[in-house]
Amino acid sequence: MTLVEEPAAATPEKEIGRARRRKEDARLITGRTTWTDNMVLPGMLHLAIVRSPVAHARITNVDVSAAQQAPGVIAVFTGADLAEEQGSLPCAWPVTPDMVNPGHPSVAVDEVNHVGEAVAVIVGRSKVAAQDAVELVDVDYDLLPVVLDMEEAVKDGADLVHDHTSANTSYHFVFDAGEAGTGADTEQAFADAEVVVSRRLINQRLIPAFMEPRSVVVQPQGDNYTLWSATQIPHILRVMLAMVTGVPEHKLRVIAPDVGGGFGGKITPTPEEVLTLLVARRLGKPIKWTETRSESLMTAHHGRDQIQYIDIAADREGNVKGLRVRLLADMGAYLRLITPGIPALGAFMFPGIYKFPAYRFECDGVFTNKVPTDAYRGAGRPEATFAIERIMDELAVELGMDPLELRRKNWIRAEEFPFTTVAGLQYDSGDYDGATQAALELLGYDELRAEQQRRRESGDPVQLGIGFSTFTEMCGLAPSRVLGSLSFGAGGWESASIRMLPTGKVEVVTGSTPHGQGHETAWSQLVADHLGVPFEDVEVLHGDTAISSKGLDTYGSRSLVVGGTAVVKAAEKVVAKARKIAAHLLEASEDDLEFSGGKFSVRGTPGTGLGIQEIALAIFAAHNYPEGVEPSIDAEATFDPENFSFPHGTHICAMEVDTETGFVKIRKYACVDDVGTIVNPLIVEGQVHGGLAQGIAQALYEEAVYDADGNLTTGTFVDYLVPSAADLPHFDTGNTVHEATSNPIGAKGVGEAGCIASTPAVVNAAIDAVRHLGVSDLRMPLTPERVWRALHEGGDGAGLPPGPDRATAGTIAYGGASTETSSGVSTDASSLGGDR
Amino acid sequence: MTQINVRVDGASYSDDVEPRTLLVHYLREQLGKVGTVVGCDTSNCGACTVHLDGEAVKSCTVFAVQADGSEVTTIEGISSNGTLHPMQKAFHEMHGLQCGFCTPGMIMASIDLVKDNPDPSEDEVREGIEGNLCRCTGYQNIIRAVQQAAGEMSGRTAAADTLGAQS
Ligand code: FES
Ligand code: FES
Repeated sequence: MTLVEEPAAATPEKEIGRARRRKEDARLITGRTTWTDNMVLPGMLHLAIVRSPVAHARITNVDVSAAQQAPGVIAVFTGADLAEEQGSLPCAWPVTPDMVNPGHPSVAVDEVNHVGEAVAVIVGRSKVAAQDAVELVDVDYDLLPVVLDMEEAVKDGADLVHDHTSANTSYHFVFDAGEAGTGADTEQAFADAEVVVSRRLINQRLIPAFMEPRSVVVQPQGDNYTLWSATQIPHILRVMLAMVTGVPEHKLRVIAPDVGGGFGGKITPTPEEVLTLLVARRLGKPIKWTETRSESLMTAHHGRDQIQYIDIAADREGNVKGLRVRLLADMGAYLRLITPGIPALGAFMFPGIYKFPAYRFECDGVFTNKVPTDAYRGAGRPEATFAIERIMDELAVELGMDPLELRRKNWIRAEEFPFTTVAGLQYDSGDYDGATQAALELLGYDELRAEQQRRRESGDPVQLGIGFSTFTEMCGLAPSRVLGSLSFGAGGWESASIRMLPTGKVEVVTGSTPHGQGHETAWSQLVADHLGVPFEDVEVLHGDTAISSKGLDTYGSRSLVVGGTAVVKAAEKVVAKARKIAAHLLEASEDDLEFSGGKFSVRGTPGTGLGIQEIALAIFAAHNYPEGVEPSIDAEATFDPENFSFPHGTHICAMEVDTETGFVKIRKYACVDDVGTIVNPLIVEGQVHGGLAQGIAQALYEEAVYDADGNLTTGTFVDYLVPSAADLPHFDTGNTVHEATSNPIGAKGVGEAGCIASTPAVVNAAIDAVRHLGVSDLRMPLTPERVWRALHEGGDGAGLPPGPDRATAGTIAYGGASTETSSGVSTDASSLGGDR
Repeated sequence: MTQINVRVDGASYSDDVEPRTLLVHYLREQLGKVGTVVGCDTSNCGACTVHLDGEAVKSCTVFAVQADGSEVTTIEGISSNGTLHPMQKAFHEMHGLQCGFCTPGMIMASIDLVKDNPDPSEDEVREGIEGNLCRCTGYQNIIRAVQQAAGEMSGRTAAADTLGAQS
């Protein structure tokens, strides 16, 4: 296969920083890929799942007799059949000691709690036979009240999702920055403040919508099992499946072959993985399950879904004094792997890049009769960034200040790094002003502001707005001690090993398992530079617990920061051992050897010496090696950073809003991100583009909607609007580089930046376009109808009443929490409509 | 069961299929042509796009029996003797893929697009591949790739946009 010629590197001898075309592409562009659903094993049977059509009910009877007799059906199992061996799906993040976890059976035994929950499984000789028999299973449901609205769910006397619990609240998590932890400092800051602005914001439920449907194949061989899955977390999955099913960990091999996207959507052990394994164990036969897209949208976990009450206090000059956040976070019906931890992780990001003296955060995790939520790109941090970047705009309006001016006044200045925030995080490096200046230029800010003014003055039906998001995120998840202090059940370190093969080629084994991020290429670049071997001579292995036995997989923009560093550390060990052998063979002292360009030479005699690839053969032959040295060169390393990393950036969106139809259109989008050291600029740019698409989609298109009975009405790609090329604008992106100090590469992580930053920039831009027409909030996604309604009927366009009620909505809803201060901002509905 | 005769990627096949079998399932399950993938069940994602007698179709919207007597080309049949099709090459060069799941369909749709419009503008490419969803790339590099391949396929000098990568 001939791939294209590579462009020369900027500095010819360095791989790091070079826009290498990806090694992964060769198989992906030719259709020679190993998706899980491509697997065919001799004698393989197929699984289909009978799913609940109702959101909440007691199961009174499951009749499988007709299905059992259907042609091609091998076996049918109900929840009761599998009750003893199915365990409960794991939740690894008890954010409070008293968190209520109702347990999560993979197939319902006597109660269903969301539409799509598994009720029975069918094994057929073909996929079609199994699917046909799904219709033949007769289930009697005794309907129970359906709980969907979080604000209703937390009221006293509300119907319960789980009747063995006393309330729909799973936990109440509090983070208080004040020394006393009582909230007194924050209350005082609000009492003393000259200006207080409050908002109730909805961060709607989203569906990760990875393109490759989930798929699982299990092959039993005696009491050993190999499980292939389209998962982001083969290593974590192996541990969890062993715990849940009792298959001993050393008898279980998990392989994540090529995985078609994840975005957090494939970060949790799923009911289907458990069921496929259980059925394969029962029958002793290979089994495959692959979901349909409708099954995926309905039953793979969702993300976001928070109601946010946020209050900001400031003085008249625009110095922020305090921040208060209360959340209702929808857990759905059950707690998945990290469901409860996501809002808790976000807690640390609400203060953003600003210097708040006082901050208090409270969150209730709430059960509803919907599919569970869990990680989705950014996980907790996009929600927080959205809230702070929206409220900064509202504060600016209240103060009559330019939104960028307000931000500048309050953000951490370049010379103040490292800076410990009110939430206790230490931001290591950056320059918010530098990135902002660069983004303004990229956008052509002054011209667009002038055009905005012209459009306003002429009463153009199409108005123009400009919105900012100046943000940071906490990446490189990671520091195990910190995760432990947050009650997370695992660490965040990563492992790598490097094996020098006899012919001088190099195998790199990484515990960080990619699903489109280009690890094979980026890791090859790291190793090529650190070992001084050609890029082409490096092969990166991943995603198979039998090959890479240790790992904590890929999420939270941790791959390069943590996993890449482990690779570099392993490379350093390889060089150290090769140096010993080189010294022996060259009859020199180790201290006299220089290592450069892959070659050891005696100081002062460059050009002579021994290449590391030659040493690999010498040590394989092992005819002549130093005492006390073992004959092979390979090394393993793990890395656990002391701190997170903090990419930052400024995103600016220019948005046209058609006031007659409510249609919005991005006119221009520019952003400058600082992700620290860039190993491969091509990959970095691609990650930013993809993130932008998803963040913009939250602002404009996507929302998982349930009807009053708990049916997902956005259950296909007809209704759930993943944007196409025609729906998205051209992106102008750039970078500044301030290296991270928490890892030797200096990388900060890039996977989530675009997704976190873009959502508030887009919404702020739309509101900026029509604020002079009386609009001060818009509910995401900004559908034409919502924008039109906001313009003509006031409010946020989605039914929230305009005017004074808005300010009290939070007080009413939040179970009587009465710390609300009245809003300085109100929507003057009466000025709408007729003005234009 | 109905018997069909089709040519797929240059080879002839004669097979019995159930009338309800979709072309994509015939390709994947009966012929082992797993390069073509399934991403949805509503014909919205375009992941399954192949060429049927030279035209791009979503192979999940066509019954295998409808392909009787036809010529089907999949992603596995567009490169010859180890030489990539210009569209494959351009996707690689412009970083038009990440996870790569949408990529076979995207490439097949793009080849057809360029056949009809040998010099598409950015907006024309955006409209032209509207039926193919990608969740990873944000499309921008896909568009660069299609434009570059269009140049090469029509013999124009590839007006390759700079990679846009800031090094
Ligand atoms: S699988 Fe054919 S369009 Fe989605
Ligand atoms: S590259 Fe992943 S869906 Fe397009």
